[in-house]
Amino acid sequence: MKIYAPLDSVALALGGDAVADAFTAAGCEVIRTGSRGMHWLEPLIEAETDGARVGFASVEASDAEGIVKSLASDPRPHPKFIGAIDELPWMKRQTRLIFGRCGVVDPASAADYEAHGGIRGLKRALSISSDAVCEEIAASGLRGRGGAGFPAAIKWKTVAAAGGDRKYVVCNADEGDSGTFADRMIMEGDPFLLIEGMTIAALAVGAAEGYVYLRSEYPVAARVLAKAIDDAYAAGLLGANVLGSGRAFDLELFIGAGAYICGEETSLLNSLEGKRGEVRAKPPLPALEGLFGAPTLVHNVLSFCAVPAIVADGGRAYAAVGVGKSTGSMPFQLSGDIKYSGLFEAPFGLTLRDLVEDIGGGTRSGRPVRAIQIGGPLGAYLPPAMFGAVVDYEELAAIGAGVGHGGIVVFNDSVDMAEQARYAFEFCAEESCGKCTPCRIGAVRGVEIVGRLMSGEDHAKNMEVLGDLCDLMVDGSLCAMGGMTPIPVRSALEHFPEDFAFPSNKRIFVSGSENSQ
Amino acid sequence: MGGTSDQSIRIGAIVEAFVGRTGGLISALRAVQDEFGFIPPETEEIAAAAFNLSRAEVKGVLSFYSDFRRKPPGCVVVRLCAAESCQAQGGRELVREISRRFALSPGKTSASGDLTLENVYCLGLCSVGPAASVDDCLMARAAPEAIAAAIEEKWRSQKGSRA
Repeated sequence: MKIYAPLDSVALALGGDAVADAFTAAGCEVIRTGSRGMHWLEPLIEAETDGARVGFASVEASDAEGIVKSLASDPRPHPKFIGAIDELPWMKRQTRLIFGRCGVVDPASAADYEAHGGIRGLKRALSISSDAVCEEIAASGLRGRGGAGFPAAIKWKTVAAAGGDRKYVVCNADEGDSGTFADRMIMEGDPFLLIEGMTIAALAVGAAEGYVYLRSEYPVAARVLAKAIDDAYAAGLLGANVLGSGRAFDLELFIGAGAYICGEETSLLNSLEGKRGEVRAKPPLPALEGLFGAPTLVHNVLSFCAVPAIVADGGRAYAAVGVGKSTGSMPFQLSGDIKYSGLFEAPFGLTLRDLVEDIGGGTRSGRPVRAIQIGGPLGAYLPPAMFGAVVDYEELAAIGAGVGHGGIVVFNDSVDMAEQARYAFEFCAEESCGKCTPCRIGAVRGVEIVGRLMSGEDHAKNMEVLGDLCDLMVDGSLCAMGGMTPIPVRSALEHFPEDFAFPSNKRIFVSGSENSQ
Repeated sequence: MGGTSDQSIRIGAIVEAFVGRTGGLISALRAVQDEFGFIPPETEEIAAAAFNLSRAEVKGVLSFYSDFRRKPPGCVVVRLCAAESCQAQGGRELVREISRRFALSPGKTSASGDLTLENVYCLGLCSVGPAASVDDCLMARAAPEAIAAAIEEKWRSQKGSRA
């Protein structure tokens, strides 16, 4: 009997290895896969009988024998039986353009990847001109999934048109935003997709070398991806003669060393050169002067992973999904205090309420939702009154928020938004690269100012200073780290003013602490 | 070069393997740390010579990245996620409770050298927080009792392997 047991970090952190071992001990053939994304059900295993797969949720090692026994007759009465995964409403509602294979295929098998529709994009890319590939990307309307949402085709065409005989493609897999884990999941569950996407991109822009810059906090992803790269060489997908085309592409995995700022592309490039991960001033754009000064195409994992389907099925088909200028699908990552946590890939166009309340099921704790943070540590805090907003790049920008990398973190009514605002500055102070003053010093001053507001000291004056500081960081910072730290701070101030008020019925101040009035 | 002790020779051999590689210095420092558990001080001079850099440049890289340790860590290293998604799931309380139980604040190693406690900003386990790791073992929905038990278990097995 075949058992599919996840090796995804989430499953491992919930005892997934012991579960897999227990099925092996029970005489099953165990195939380790990625996660299907329903993290509240992990470890979720699937059993294959007569070619069909059925799932069992929240499995423990001690369940293995009983599950195997139940499969011999009728598994349906088993308390952990949840039926065919693809038929579950949470899965059926998704449009999995990127994650379709994740949790289904064996991430250690290039053959399995191809058997499930992989390599089609690369084959088509090799059969048409590089310009035609770039045109498919343009027709798709794909925008960078790392956070900035910059049109991918403009980058591709810039790098393709740049002179010089050495160019690079670099994958930004430094997924440091809290509340995001899509990059990790796809690298653990379907690593050949990333390899295929990067290969297509490299051939289209004329690069023969590529790097995946992976954060060190993802050891499972590192292990799976490293093996996939080796296997891709062995299968002729990488190397001097990609799929017999006579064209070369070499891909290497590079592990970072613990620095959030290296998710910023110029900082990442410095780090990849073996230097301190300090940001560079732009211009020059990395597309013209990137790694070692050569034209470099830098994309997030999900951007590269969107490429194979776009090239295989055409950019127009991809653009038909989504809304307005936000084409295609977004793998939303639901976390924090949320009942149905995990990865939900859907076309742009859902509302925040759809994602938080309907799909996410509200809080796991049962307490009321008070706020969400969307788009990582540099993203806005929004109250439930704004959950009618449609999730696309333009509409969120209009309410002072951003899609970012698609992470949504839910906070219940116990959250102290002043504490969250102070944390935004603390995080910036901890992770600032130190290159520019507004970020390096401003973050430290921000921690102090919010602290004073929280203790009631010179409250009115400090509110004013905080506003000035935010202006200065937005206007004067070299990159998004300092430039966007004011977003969580200001959104918290704007939407949750009661948490910053003086006097306050929420906070107890020492008497006379508003000493300037 | 940084002396001719056995350790220096080993560091030299490790570092040498990364010369000429992209991002070689960072990978070399990681390999040295993998071998020794931290980066011995003589590494600065050895790496500077191998990569044709100044010692200041090597030190600059070494001090920039939070993974690199310049002192040996405790026998067990516990990392607790301090970022937003875990905060929303009781992460702050978890950090406080573990700090209290082991009388150790994040970023510190106990005087006895048996435990290092660190903050980490995201292990990618946001959907099942609060997240923690005890050495290489990932933990989801981490309760103080489970973390304490995992630490005790590591100590026991370390004692066992030494005996």
